[in-house]
Amino acid sequence: MKFSAFSLVRNALTGNTAWPEQWRSPPPRNTYDVVIVGAGGHGLATAYYLAKEHGIRRVAVIERGWLGGGNTGRNTTIIRSNYLWNESAALYEHAVKLWETLARELNYNVMYSPRGVMMLAHNVHDEQVLKRHIHANRLNGIDNEWLTPEQAKAFCAPLNIGRDIRYPVTGAALQRRGGTARHDAVAWGFARAASAMGVDIIQNCEVTGITRDPHGRVRAVETSLGRVATRKVGVVAAGHTSVVMAMAAVRMPLESYPLQALVSEPVKPCFPCVVMSNTIHAYISQSDKGELVIGAGTDAYTSYSQTGGLHISAHTLDAICELFPHFRRMRMLRNWGGIVDVTPDRSPIVGKTPVAGLYVNCGWGTGGFKATPGSGNVFAATIARDEPHPIAAPFSLDRFRTGRLIDEAAAAAVAH
Amino acid sequence: MLLIPCPYCGERPENEFRYGGEAHIARPDDPAAVSDAAWGAFLYERTNPKGWHRERWRHVHGCGKFFNAVRHTVTDRIAATYKVGEIAPEFPR
Repeated sequence: MKFSAFSLVRNALTGNTAWPEQWRSPPPRNTYDVVIVGAGGHGLATAYYLAKEHGIRRVAVIERGWLGGGNTGRNTTIIRSNYLWNESAALYEHAVKLWETLARELNYNVMYSPRGVMMLAHNVHDEQVLKRHIHANRLNGIDNEWLTPEQAKAFCAPLNIGRDIRYPVTGAALQRRGGTARHDAVAWGFARAASAMGVDIIQNCEVTGITRDPHGRVRAVETSLGRVATRKVGVVAAGHTSVVMAMAAVRMPLESYPLQALVSEPVKPCFPCVVMSNTIHAYISQSDKGELVIGAGTDAYTSYSQTGGLHISAHTLDAICELFPHFRRMRMLRNWGGIVDVTPDRSPIVGKTPVAGLYVNCGWGTGGFKATPGSGNVFAATIARDEPHPIAAPFSLDRFRTGRLIDEAAAAAVAH
Repeated sequence: MLLIPCPYCGERPENEFRYGGEAHIARPDDPAAVSDAAWGAFLYERTNPKGWHRERWRHVHGCGKFFNAVRHTVTDRIAATYKVGEIAPEFPR
């Protein structure tokens, strides 16, 4: 059913009791052309683009828990494309371009809001790094501009630009096209659109094994609901990628860490944009519900605990309170952790694996949400054609053998 | 915050330590002799298990020494710590 003003009125007249299910929940069939492991945003987007752009509709998305219940529903929803290296800029800008028309394309309001992402500098080194990013971005046709502290304050009134704080703001880089989107709606919108084209979304079904034929090629996945035959498997399991790939005896260059986020009590609109400070570890925006959405850091050690240490989030709140003093009396409502899979160069892995018929999309680390549509788009093309999409090609698993790393760790606008 | 039993100093809070990643990954004796694949595997591939894990820690704000721990990556419970060079204990059942 198409959402429109007409459907809103018609369903209002019937007391909103006649809305159909947004996606089907069928039992798994015996055979699929492609099986996607993991029904987060990236996995659902992959299934959607497989059906839409490549005509592959016999697709199953198998999810151990519930749809969008992992990092898709746990992140701080920041969207931007101001990455340093050409490869990263191409990938994340591809995603931003898809974000701009996604709601219309899916007929689902993903609440994409390009309200601007401002990254703060606190010292000479920060200024040099951010200005280097700005120049690199502009050469790649990506908007990014330098602001003085006063201009930053004009763009984000709550910001404290006093010179007497521990880490005074010395300037900022602003990507105006950056912003946020509603994370749950992204998963739901992709699920609804994919399901309408014939994709089966199978929740509460755990993949327990990957079966291969005598030549080593993928033949089936074993699940808690039985065997599903397929010649192509796309693993999009985020923090659990190492666990799933071990079923095919593939060792991954990944480590999984808990990354925390927290939200405050909801208040009236008081915060106009997204502000990030990598140096003192503060990431903040305000959701449409009114909560301040705050991103904290990862724990020091690998873990699948989905919690994280309290001292990590306390550290972030210290920084928030210094930069935005009028938030000091606000109470935090919830905090939680998501398990993020981090690569050695802090860039994702999208592509083929040593196992024929097995593809992997992982390693998005602490910043995968922004890439959701772009990631699904290039991964679907990679699976459909059995060769890397040009934008995805540099992000191969093979780069850890050749040494052609895409090092966004030290230089990038990412927090590690 | 974890309470980590340093084998030299006893139990100390986590923020006295620095994490060192998976333990018992041996550097190839002759790096020039190994293939690119083997060198890449040594540098980058990790077990990253969901369960018991042998890992390195360093007591940077204490004795400064490296040691190994057996920790469960879901519960974060530390079953044992042991000194570098000691035989790794079995995983608890």
